[in-house]
Amino acid sequence: MILRELRPAFSLVVLFTLLIGLILPGIFIGAMQVVLPWQANGSLIKQNGQVIGSVLIGQNFTGAQYFAPRPSALSPNPYTQDTSGASNLGPTSKALLTSVKQRVASYRKAYGPGPVPADAVTASGSGLDPDISLENALRQARAVAAARHLPAAAVTTLVKKMAHHPFLGIIGTNHVNVLKLNLALEHLPAS
Amino acid sequence: MTIHGLLYIALVFALVLGAAFPLGRYMAAIFEGRVAWLRPLETGFYRLAGIDEARQMSWQSYAIALLLLSVIHFSLLYAILRLQYYLPFNPLHIAGMSPRLAFNTAASFTTNTNWQAYVPEQQISNGAQMLGLCVHMFLSAAAGIAAAAAVMRAFTSSGLKTLGNFYTDLTRITLYLLIPITLIAATLLVLAGSPETFAQAIPLHTLQSGIQPLAIGPVALQEAIKELGTNGGGFFNANSAHPFENPNAWTNLLETWLILVIGFSLPIAFGHMVKDKPQGRTLMTAMAIILALGCVGTYAAEAAGNPQQIAAGVQASGNWEGKEVRFGIPASTTFNVAATGTSTGAVDSFTDSYTPLGGAIPMFLMQLGEVTPGGVGSGFYTIIVFALLSVFVAGLMVGRTPEYLGKKVQAKEIKLAMLAVLVVAIFILCGASLSLMTKSGLGSLENAGPHGLSEMLYGWTSATENNGSAFAGLSADTPLLDYGLGAAMLFGRFAFMIPILAIAGSLAAKPKLAESAGTFPTTGLLFTFLLIGVIIILGGLQFMPADTLGPIAEHFLLYAGKSF
Repeated sequence: MILRELRPAFSLVVLFTLLIGLILPGIFIGAMQVVLPWQANGSLIKQNGQVIGSVLIGQNFTGAQYFAPRPSALSPNPYTQDTSGASNLGPTSKALLTSVKQRVASYRKAYGPGPVPADAVTASGSGLDPDISLENALRQARAVAAARHLPAAAVTTLVKKMAHHPFLGIIGTNHVNVLKLNLALEHLPAS
Repeated sequence: MTIHGLLYIALVFALVLGAAFPLGRYMAAIFEGRVAWLRPLETGFYRLAGIDEARQMSWQSYAIALLLLSVIHFSLLYAILRLQYYLPFNPLHIAGMSPRLAFNTAASFTTNTNWQAYVPEQQISNGAQMLGLCVHMFLSAAAGIAAAAAVMRAFTSSGLKTLGNFYTDLTRITLYLLIPITLIAATLLVLAGSPETFAQAIPLHTLQSGIQPLAIGPVALQEAIKELGTNGGGFFNANSAHPFENPNAWTNLLETWLILVIGFSLPIAFGHMVKDKPQGRTLMTAMAIILALGCVGTYAAEAAGNPQQIAAGVQASGNWEGKEVRFGIPASTTFNVAATGTSTGAVDSFTDSYTPLGGAIPMFLMQLGEVTPGGVGSGFYTIIVFALLSVFVAGLMVGRTPEYLGKKVQAKEIKLAMLAVLVVAIFILCGASLSLMTKSGLGSLENAGPHGLSEMLYGWTSATENNGSAFAGLSADTPLLDYGLGAAMLFGRFAFMIPILAIAGSLAAKPKLAESAGTFPTTGLLFTFLLIGVIIILGGLQFMPADTLGPIAEHFLLYAGKSF
C-alpha cells in the first residue's frame, strides 16, 4: 500500500521543489529586478556615491544635532542591520521598568519636562524601527534646532512637512522617518 | 481605545469576509476539479509523477499519501538545512544547522507551524530559504487544505468509501489557489518596498555607525505565502515587524487580509460543496464572532497601556514595547490576533511584551484549537470536529438523534473527535509542566514570575497547535525544547489530522438521510451560539487553570505594582 504511493509522493516533492524553489523565485526575482529595481534591492539611498542606508531601516543617531530614533533592543549595538529583534521583556519585568525610567529621565533632561511620548522610551519590535511618532519628533525639534543654530520654527516646519498621516484616520499613524528627517536637516539654510 | 481603532478592526473583517464569498466559491470549483486554466502544467505533473487522475482514495490511502509526502518532504528539508553550506545561493557561507535544530526546523515547516528556534539572518542561507522553507510553506498549506477538501467530501457523498485523490488535490490547490494569490500579493509587497533579490547582505556606509552589512534577500515572495498559507516563518528574526517584511501600514493590512482570507473562505467552499450555503455561513459566523471578540479585547488591553510605565512618566498612549510606530496599536494587535486565531504565528509586534491580558487572548485563541478561522485547512476540519460534538451535545440535551448534514453521528465519530481534542491538551499541559520541572526548561525563560510560566505555556501551546508564534523571550534552541517541541508539532499535526480523516471516512460511507422533523438544525443563530459554547467549553476550559496561574495572575500583580 505504501509502495504504491512512493513514486507519486516523491515525484511531487521533487517537481514542486523545482517549480516553487527555483523556477518561480528565479522568474519573480528577475521580473522585480527589471520592473521595480529600487524597491527590490532594498530602497537604498546614496550620498556622495556611497550607499548610506535603506529608507525603510532605522539607523542609530546620537548627539543633540540629530533627531533620536527609538530605543533598539539589539545588542551589543542598537540598530545592527544584519540582525533584528525585540526586547521580549514582559509587562511586569523589573529590567524593562528600570530602563523605561532611565529613558524617561534622559528624555526629560534633553527635551524638557512632562509626560514622555511612549515610543521614545520603549524598544520597537524589529529593533530597526525607522520611524518616531510625530509628537516625539516635535518634542525634539527645539533641542535639535538649538544644537544646529537653526530657528526652531524652521525645524518644526520641516518635521510637519515630512510627517506621514493615517489614511482616513484609520490606516497608519502620525509619524516621521528619522533617517530622511536627519538628512533633510542638512539642507536647511542656517539663520 | 478609539473609534478609529475599532473602525480599523471592522475594515479588516469587511475586507476578509467580503472576499471569502467569491474565493470560497472558486475554491469549491478547485476541489471539484472544475478549474483548469493551467491544465497543461497540471497534466504534465501527473504524467511525470505517475498519477492517475481518476483514482479515488479511501481515507486510509488518503492519509498514507499525505503522511508519506510529508515524511519525504521533511527528510529533504532536514538534508537541505544540514547541508546548506554546500548548496547554492549561500553568499555568506552560512554553516549547516546542528542535527537537533535541523530536526526542529524540519518538523516545524512540515507541519505548517513555522516555529523558529533559529535566527534567520545568521543561520539560514537564501538557498535554504527558497529551496527548503518556501516550498514547505506552499506544500504544507496545500496538504492542510487538501485534508479539508477530503473532509468536505464525506458530507457530499452517500455510501461512498472514498474521499478524493490527495495528489490532484495538492497539485490543484498549489497551482490554482496558492501560487496566483502569492504572486499578486508579493508584487504589491515589492511595490511597497519589500526586497526581492539573490543578494544576502549589502554593505552600508551609515551616517554614524560606520560600515555595516544590511541583511536582505528574496523576501517578498516568501512573505506573501507565509501569510496566505498561515505559515508564519519570518525571513528575518523580527518576522513581520521587520520593515523589509512589512514596510508600511498598507502592507500590514494586506498581510492581515492574507492571513485570514483562506481560513474564512473554506466554510463558504464547504457550503457550495454540500449544496447548502447556510451551513457554511454558520461555521464562518461562529469563527468570526470569536475572532472579533479577540481583536477588540486585545486592542483594549494594549490601548490601556502599562500602568507601571504610565506612573513612571510615560504618556498614556498604549503599550508600545515591542511595537512598530508605522502600524500603531490597533493594527498591531489585529495582526497578532489574526495570526493566532489562524495557525499563522507571524507577528508584527512582540507578544511577550504585550500586557498580560493582551498576550493571554492570542494564547487562548490557540488553545481553543485554532478554529477562528484556524490554519488553512486545519481550521476547517477542526471546526467540523466541534460541529459534530455540538450536535452530539445538543442531541443529549433535547433527546434527538445527532445528525450533521444528514450523516448520523455515532459513538465511533465522537470517540475519535474527543481523542483528537484530548491529544492536543495533553501535549500542551504535560509538555509545559514537565519542561518547567527541569533545569534546562527554567534556564530557557527570559522573564521571571508568572510571565515565565506564560512563556513556557505559550511555547507548548504554539507548537502543539502548529501556530509557531512565541513569547519570544523563550530560548528555544536547547535539546529539551528542540526535540520536545519538534515532537509536539508532529503529534499536534498528524495525531489530530488522522483521527479526523478516519471520521471523514466513516461518515462518507454512511447513507445521507433526508431531513426530518427530528433533525436538529445546524444553521442559524441557535446553532452558531451552541457551537461557540462548545468551542469555548470543550476547547478552552481545560486550559483555564494554567492560564489563571500565568497571564491572569500577572494582570493583577501588574496593577498591584509588582515587578519581577
